[in-house]
Amino acid sequence: MPPPKPVPFECGWLRIQKSHSVSDLLELTAAGLYCPWGDFYIDPWRRVGRAIITHAHADHARPGSDRYLCAAPGKLVLRTRLGGGAAIDTLRYGESLSINGVEVSLHPAGHVLGSAQVRVRHGGQTWVVTGDYKLEADPTCAAFEPVRCDVFVTESTFGLPVYRWPDPTSVAAEINAWWQTNRDAGRSSVIFAYALGKAQRLAALLDPSIGPIVAHGAVMKMVEQYRASGVRLPPIDRVPPRARRVGDGRAMVLAPPSAAGSRWLRVFGETSVAMASGWMMLRGVRRRRGFDRGFVVSDHADFPGLMQAIAATGARRVLATHGFSDPLARLLREQGLDADTLATKFTGETVGDADDDGSTDDDDAAGGEA
Amino acid sequence: MRQFTDLYWRLDGTTSTNEKVAALRDYFAAAPPEDAAIALGVLSGGRQRRAVSLTLLRQWAAESAGLPAWLVEECYAHVGDLAETIALLLPPPNAEAEHVDLGLATCVQASVHSLRQADDDTAKRAIVEGVWRRLAARERIVWHKLLTGGCRVGVSKTLVARALAEVAGIDPAVMAHRLMGRPIETAEQFAALLFPDETEADSRRPYPFFLASPLEGDVAALGPVMDWQAEWKWDGMRAQIVRRGDGVAIWSRGEELVNEAFPEIVAAAVTIPAGTVLDGELLAVRDRQLLPFASLSKRASRRRVTKQVLAEIPCVFVAYDLLEAEGQDLRNEPLAHRRVVLEQMVPHPFTLLRDTATSLPGSTPEDARRQLFLSPCVAGDSWDALAAARGGSRERGVEGLMLKRRASSYAVGRTRGDWWKWKIEPLEIDAVLLYAQAGHGRRAGLHTDYTLGVWHDDRLVPIAKAYSGLSDAEIVEVDRIVRATTLEKHGPVRVVQPTLVFQLSFEGVSRSTRHKSGVAVRFPRIARWRRDKEPQDAGQLADIERMIERPSCDGITA
Repeated sequence: MPPPKPVPFECGWLRIQKSHSVSDLLELTAAGLYCPWGDFYIDPWRRVGRAIITHAHADHARPGSDRYLCAAPGKLVLRTRLGGGAAIDTLRYGESLSINGVEVSLHPAGHVLGSAQVRVRHGGQTWVVTGDYKLEADPTCAAFEPVRCDVFVTESTFGLPVYRWPDPTSVAAEINAWWQTNRDAGRSSVIFAYALGKAQRLAALLDPSIGPIVAHGAVMKMVEQYRASGVRLPPIDRVPPRARRVGDGRAMVLAPPSAAGSRWLRVFGETSVAMASGWMMLRGVRRRRGFDRGFVVSDHADFPGLMQAIAATGARRVLATHGFSDPLARLLREQGLDADTLATKFTGETVGDADDDGSTDDDDAAGGEA
Repeated sequence: MRQFTDLYWRLDGTTSTNEKVAALRDYFAAAPPEDAAIALGVLSGGRQRRAVSLTLLRQWAAESAGLPAWLVEECYAHVGDLAETIALLLPPPNAEAEHVDLGLATCVQASVHSLRQADDDTAKRAIVEGVWRRLAARERIVWHKLLTGGCRVGVSKTLVARALAEVAGIDPAVMAHRLMGRPIETAEQFAALLFPDETEADSRRPYPFFLASPLEGDVAALGPVMDWQAEWKWDGMRAQIVRRGDGVAIWSRGEELVNEAFPEIVAAAVTIPAGTVLDGELLAVRDRQLLPFASLSKRASRRRVTKQVLAEIPCVFVAYDLLEAEGQDLRNEPLAHRRVVLEQMVPHPFTLLRDTATSLPGSTPEDARRQLFLSPCVAGDSWDALAAARGGSRERGVEGLMLKRRASSYAVGRTRGDWWKWKIEPLEIDAVLLYAQAGHGRRAGLHTDYTLGVWHDDRLVPIAKAYSGLSDAEIVEVDRIVRATTLEKHGPVRVVQPTLVFQLSFEGVSRSTRHKSGVAVRFPRIARWRRDKEPQDAGQLADIERMIERPSCDGITA
């Protein structure tokens, strides 16, 4: 079957990404990453007929397409982001589906609840598109599974070797110790984190014996979806509307980055504020943001994680998308792989300003996160 | 290292002055004196000699981490701090690092000093790698900063003095004086610093400089004009001449002894009576004209000054305050009184009506004495009259007026209210962003270093580099536009499509053979973002050329 003609790629300042060969299973079009044989898109940034969604963050899941396909555990979360009317089909992790003769399956990416790598097989070729992923253990979502493939399309948000995450258990201990110190001093602890994924992961790491956990409405909305999807989380209270005082200086507050510096924080009295993000690795970013503390917690792979994941696929060709794709691709080429970059519109290069990127469509700044 | 590392990160993590003083106090009260002495040197921003070249450090780190050199470069461009980049790239330390803590002094002795003495790069590398294996990443950053001589922690000397004064239980002003101009290097020197009683002052030590604040708002709000003394604000180098015993010491505001750079001033100062301390300005003057500040900087940076340089860039000292006379500290006397004594001590006002600056030191003592002048008062019986005088500043080559309360004492640091700098409005032009480069430190990863250009024959020519001046929100926005409109990348520098127009402020223009545009602007900074303007609305090179003037002092009289 001849492939249908893709939408011509229009390009402003972005470098046009030329396809390597006519037999590429996926190619970059104006609407996003497209499979001409199966006539579907992966995380398209325009309205299309059929969209396969790696995960529900705003820069990957955009409303308006005719049909969506996502991993079963992520359905509720995705529906919350796309609205009740969206037509969402699901696949269990590892289950295969044929779309116009192209075999599609979804595999855990370990990024947030329901996040998936998309495996596409056709004509003896296997491609895997990661969306966003991490290798670390996360009690709120299924662990990343390496998938063998010929071509690996990988994110590279933290694709520089300075990014090497500390042990998550030691970071959790640090956060709880900070909470305890604040509580003993009568201060509320506020952590800014993405409303979808990061906030729930943090909640699962907190020690509820220290004090009450309360959350911003945007976080709470996703906490409910996580619970409804079967994820166990400690008790979390919603901040009541028109509350005058909450938590009497003992609470841990989970809030989206957009709440930083807002009036909403006043109800907590004296606070110590922290940011949880991979960018907090860097002193300059920590200082610029002016938070009292920065905790290195990321739902993306660090540099060793990226290298490990790439090696585990056995792929000979690697396409690096959003983030430090240029240096990552160059390094892989030097190591003998056929590697290049892919200019997608997923957010990546916004160092430390993670609270105001990719979140234009929503109330909670849960867009392209870090 | 751990105590000092904790201090470093505690200072780094706060913007509160009280918290900084508390961190310093806690550290100095607990640290062994030999460590404290070294820490003090680092905190006071004393220039530290580099123990190992950055190039080598970077190269070894790349090899230790098994990374190609270009990738380390890429990381540095992103992180914006080499010490931090290397610390993050290196493999984790050996497990024993958790248990063994090297004291700061031991660590500096075993690494910084032994590195300086090491014979070759192999020996140096062995030392560096030995320490890397023992330190955790957060300690490595601090150690790298010590090694490369760039350990700045963002605390002012005043804060350090305040913390030490609290530890010693003495007046902060006394502590500030004890800290001036003498490096504290040993445990004994540090202990002496904390001595609870007044010790006999080091005879060469200067006083802490009193700093003026910029005057904002209406000058008339300062009250009756007769309460104020007005002087020209010189565009020179602030300095104190300390003349005590047999010697003379010339101290820059950065507390560096600059005797070697200004031999003619030293020779002149020997002729004034012992027990005198003058506060004033070093100026470069030739052929009855003030030389650009760049010439003065050239002089100041010399360790040895040749006869040729002395002839090319002759300097004078213009005194405006007297802090000590006949061995008595006059700082608590009112300015009006200090001025009377000063005028007796240094009678010649700086007028340049005679060609004094060509007389080199070493001829006769009388000639030599001519290197010392009195900064004249600017007469004006109303604020309007002074405003008019200030209006002529640029033609005189001065930056505006200084206003000093006649009744004021000579305070420590930047105490607001008694000394104001009333500078002239800067020169301005609208310029277009041509190149952008990522910043360092707090601005790492954001494009904040801008090269701006103006029109010349339908082309944009670069005229100045400005390190922002925009708000944090604007910086983020500009950064995004820079990334979206990048035409080419040359290492960390991005060539952008000319779309953004900024209002550039600067203090003066001179001809330059080193700049492609043929002009050099002094102290350029961005005044505001002209969102209302398109690149074609930006200024012309000819506009800037018209601003070039050669300052002359002929008109300045007492």
